[in-house]
Amino acid sequence: MYTTDLRTEEEKRRAAMREQAIQEDPEKLKAFEDRIARDEFIEPKDWMPEAYRRTLIRQISQHAHSEIIGMLPEGNWITRAPNLRRKLILLAKVQDEAGHGLYLYSAAETLGVSREEMVAQLHARKAKYSSIFNYPTLTWADVAAIGWLVDGAAITNQIPLCRCSYGPYARAMQRICKEESFHQRQGYEAMAALMNGSPEQRRMAQDAMDRWWWPALMMFGPPDSESVHSAQSMKWKIKRYSNDELRQRFIDATVPQAHAIGLEVPDPDLKYNEETGHWEIGSINWDEFWAVVQGDGHCNDDRLDTRVRAWEEGAWVREAAEAYAAKHTARQAA
Amino acid sequence: MSRDDWELYEIFIRTARGLAHRHVGSVHAADPEMAIEVARDIYTRRNEGVSIWAVPSKAITASDPEEADALFEPAKDKIYRHPTFYKIPEGVENI
Repeated sequence: MYTTDLRTEEEKRRAAMREQAIQEDPEKLKAFEDRIARDEFIEPKDWMPEAYRRTLIRQISQHAHSEIIGMLPEGNWITRAPNLRRKLILLAKVQDEAGHGLYLYSAAETLGVSREEMVAQLHARKAKYSSIFNYPTLTWADVAAIGWLVDGAAITNQIPLCRCSYGPYARAMQRICKEESFHQRQGYEAMAALMNGSPEQRRMAQDAMDRWWWPALMMFGPPDSESVHSAQSMKWKIKRYSNDELRQRFIDATVPQAHAIGLEVPDPDLKYNEETGHWEIGSINWDEFWAVVQGDGHCNDDRLDTRVRAWEEGAWVREAAEAYAAKHTARQAA
Repeated sequence: MSRDDWELYEIFIRTARGLAHRHVGSVHAADPEMAIEVARDIYTRRNEGVSIWAVPSKAITASDPEEADALFEPAKDKIYRHPTFYKIPEGVENI
């Protein structure tokens, strides 16, 4: 769902200091960087600089958490989907998100961190996930808007990650990208259905557009001018395009899609630049972005409470599975 | 207290009869049977498989990338193992 660096300035500064403290073997570092320069992949048992490993663990685990938490806003609407067709689609989409979370935890585990540790960090509120999921889903049109805009932004972000230098991450992303395209299309179709409906349905669709457009643009992360960590990630081919480049790509693709079904983009400054061929937007409210990242979104507490409750209430299932496994092992030993 | 970190299994999927099983990722499970069921839900939601292997990750012995040269270098200079090494007179066919 998401790939930007959500750390505060202080967190970044401390991480940079730790990285400097570790002296890497220059010969191994050169072999590693040469391999990346040749566009070869790095695989789990290869030597890699600690900073590369840490950057990937952070990015992949945040990405995994985003998929898991990302099930919640849409999950709210499974029992209230307008008809059986939409309900089946939504169930499949939410199940895909669970799968994506698990592919990514599996990729992160190849770097030497356990899933248990990552999940514990999420539940202890020490790990971050995409702040888009801290916005509420007030109406059915929000489910449509999430599929179309949020998954659409995610795809734009994720396609370049299919060529990320770390093999297991790239492979997970290839799988995820194949599946996301259904997510985006079903959302757009649901949005188009509302726009072809009653005036009330059209109002509902426009209202969802008004609330999700800007947060979707924020998913690409802070502007390049403020994104300190990108240079190293670009050099190591973890990231291939800057936040602003990807954001622009999404805007150019999405504005005509909105217009095609009669939706207005909630930006009075939006205009098409004939010379560059790009849509230009007004300014993004970054204060809102950082407030949500740091815990002041509408649903930050609710999302984590729901997640932790699901984990705790599922304890008996895990215990039963363990008891069953133990019984069978004992029987085989006898 | 439950033992949260269940055993890790590497998952291999055969996508169609006639093809070999191929590594797709890993799952955690309480026992091998559950590993297969979890792998079914995670890795075959779109008809990607007709057969699944689950292998405890700790049972896999992998070669060391640092030793890759010692392991694979000897094969590199034996170009006479490839058919293109041999010159065949012009006009000779089906060989």
